[in-house]
Amino acid sequence: MQDILNIILRAMFVENLALAFLLGMCTYIAVSKRVETAIGLGIAVIVIQVITVPVNHLIYRYLLSPGALDWAGLGAMDLSYLKFITFIGVIAAMIQILELTLARFFPALHNALGIYLPLLTVNCAILGASLFMVQRDYIFIESLAYGFGVGAGWALAIVIFAAIRERLRYSDVPEGLQGLGLAFIVTGLLALGFVGFTGLEF
Amino acid sequence: MSYRRDFLDPLINTNPITVQILGLCSALAVTSSLLPALIMSVAVISVLAFSNVAVSLMRTVIPRSIRLILQMTLIASAVIVVDEILKTFAPEVSRILSVFVGLIITNCIVLSRVEAFAMQNDVRASLLDGIGNGLGYSLILIPVAGLREVFGSGTLLGYSLLPLTSEGGWYTPNELMLLAPSAFFIIGLLIWWIRAWRAQQVEQPDYVLHTVEDQEMM
Repeated sequence: MQDILNIILRAMFVENLALAFLLGMCTYIAVSKRVETAIGLGIAVIVIQVITVPVNHLIYRYLLSPGALDWAGLGAMDLSYLKFITFIGVIAAMIQILELTLARFFPALHNALGIYLPLLTVNCAILGASLFMVQRDYIFIESLAYGFGVGAGWALAIVIFAAIRERLRYSDVPEGLQGLGLAFIVTGLLALGFVGFTGLEF
Repeated sequence: MSYRRDFLDPLINTNPITVQILGLCSALAVTSSLLPALIMSVAVISVLAFSNVAVSLMRTVIPRSIRLILQMTLIASAVIVVDEILKTFAPEVSRILSVFVGLIITNCIVLSRVEAFAMQNDVRASLLDGIGNGLGYSLILIPVAGLREVFGSGTLLGYSLLPLTSEGGWYTPNELMLLAPSAFFIIGLLIWWIRAWRAQQVEQPDYVLHTVEDQEMM
């Protein structure tokens, strides 16, 4: 149990995908002008991560990793090089299925998240989480925890950033720094704050 | 003439990182030293050039409804090839880059160039556009990585440039340069510098300060 909590905590704060690994930056900078949209996107990311990381874990473990096809008499096969193409396919499919399901059963939620879901297919934070999961050899339950942790960490980062940006609109900024430049400096300061979480543990 | 524009524009005028805000994701994390950044640049340039050419060749036969899936598959195949080549010929660098080579797939530069340019243009223009955008990306990546390595560990490509105090020299390395925040700061300042030079890239603020005249208040 403590291990699981530690994985969640580390994924959320110490190894925050947005602020420590700089993943998902395009969406992070583009969709953070208002807090409400940031919250919507954050929830979408948590949901997608919680689904795709464990699903990709199962696929990798039972189909792609070296020796995984032992049950079919193909023990010598190593399909791990196919992981990029498989993961991106799974992510795209999951997002599509989630969108259809939400549209059918939860129209209100679909209206709130609708526009962000397709966008997340090319969000590096989603693919990155799956690749880190492979690199770190997590077991199934750990991958579930990791998926939740990275999703929540990314959501936290974008909501904080959007709130800061809403305030910044009224400030008098040097000309060339307006917009993108300032967004980077602010993210840098935010990342500096998150460096302070280094070593956090239960 | 227009072929030249296809190649030169993405370097500064429509630079993918500082103007189009694309492809920030997979790269910034590899800029803590110069060598991985160089390799990453080469990888991105080759993936961009390959997928642009491939999509451009097929642009007349791709059905519109499944074009995104097809493009993603092509890009992913190019990335797999690059990753396997790196693993074989440069295992050391491949380990440093870890998951970031794979993340070229979701690098928004590649998909946006394929979708916005290669789908409408001929092979030669697409090749030049791919290489140009890749170079524009490298133009940001390499100086950032160079700065971070020189001030963070006093070396450049592994050669000692500023002798460190721990080895009897005079330079105390700036640890911040090796952490993620410094990448944001350096790129922020770089964008500021480019925009001070190319004023047409400056974004308009949402609200402008202005002095209220007496008559206006009445």
